[in-house]
Amino acid sequence: MSGRVLVGVKRVIDYAVKIRVKPDNTGVVTDGVKHSMNPFCEIAVEEAVKLKEKKLVKEVVAVSCGPQQSQETIRTALAMGADRGIHVEVSGNDYETLGPLQVSKIMAALAKKEDAQIIILGKQAIDDDCNQTGQMTAALLDWPQGTFASEVTLDGDKIKVVREIDGGLETIKINTPAVLTADLRLNTPRYATLPNIMKAKKKKIANVKPADLGVNLTSKLEVLRVEDPPQRQAGMKVETVEDLVGKLKESGKV
Amino acid sequence: MANPLKGEVMRLYKTLLYLGREYPKGAAYFRERLKHAFMKNKDETDPEKIKQLVARGDHVIKELEALYFLRKYRAMKKRYYDPEK
Repeated sequence: MSGRVLVGVKRVIDYAVKIRVKPDNTGVVTDGVKHSMNPFCEIAVEEAVKLKEKKLVKEVVAVSCGPQQSQETIRTALAMGADRGIHVEVSGNDYETLGPLQVSKIMAALAKKEDAQIIILGKQAIDDDCNQTGQMTAALLDWPQGTFASEVTLDGDKIKVVREIDGGLETIKINTPAVLTADLRLNTPRYATLPNIMKAKKKKIANVKPADLGVNLTSKLEVLRVEDPPQRQAGMKVETVEDLVGKLKESGKV
Repeated sequence: MANPLKGEVMRLYKTLLYLGREYPKGAAYFRERLKHAFMKNKDETDPEKIKQLVARGDHVIKELEALYFLRKYRAMKKRYYDPEK
């Protein structure tokens, strides 16, 4: 196959940062907080670059939707081996309400525009944990999907995908074009070292607006409140089994 | 320092400095130790010895990359996957 792979990469708060909820409970603090590429997106980029290195695909295009800073995330993808980038500019209120539905509409439009054979996404973002964009993109394009992929093998014009599911692994064979979402064990992403980042500066990042792709960004969702998870209650010690049963009955659990 | 080797040493220093930004104990801690390690060898003139030191530096780069990967992998595994019974 000599097709083109589209890889979606998302800029999220770095996984090692301690998240703090804003005092007005409308969201989490993002100003001045370290951001980086979503770990599952890193795995997606690695898989795409591996396919190119094996000469199974001819071009890897990295896509990110968001404000100016999303370009840094695309640069990281380019440093990992993507050929060029597309920055879909979304900022302000549109960015606040940007969710899987809007992103999947954008990815679907780009897939048609760029004539992509494969779309690889991370299985979910570590900030919203939606796990929806890949599935929605496949549905919008009416393409088959290989989600939670822990192994991907190209076989002629089909793809063999080993999926991580509850209770084990499932192997499926799907036609191309297709959407894949990357799970943790798919591969080991390479580190974007300084020399590679320097080289990647020569690669192009195209700037696109959602309106250019004919995508409407209005969201049907409204965030009402964001709070910290409940503090863990201290446990209680009891002396006998009778006490335990008594306490369980008291709290209405038995 | 011989000219081509000077380039190598600079490359090594810059790469390590860049990697150090993500060091768990903090970028400042890393930078201090990095500078100290390089300064300790700044009077070395034997090209063979310099090549060896650069190779050791490259090895440290690989170890840091592995450290960062393992940290991230373990964090993701802990957060998203059920512990093995």
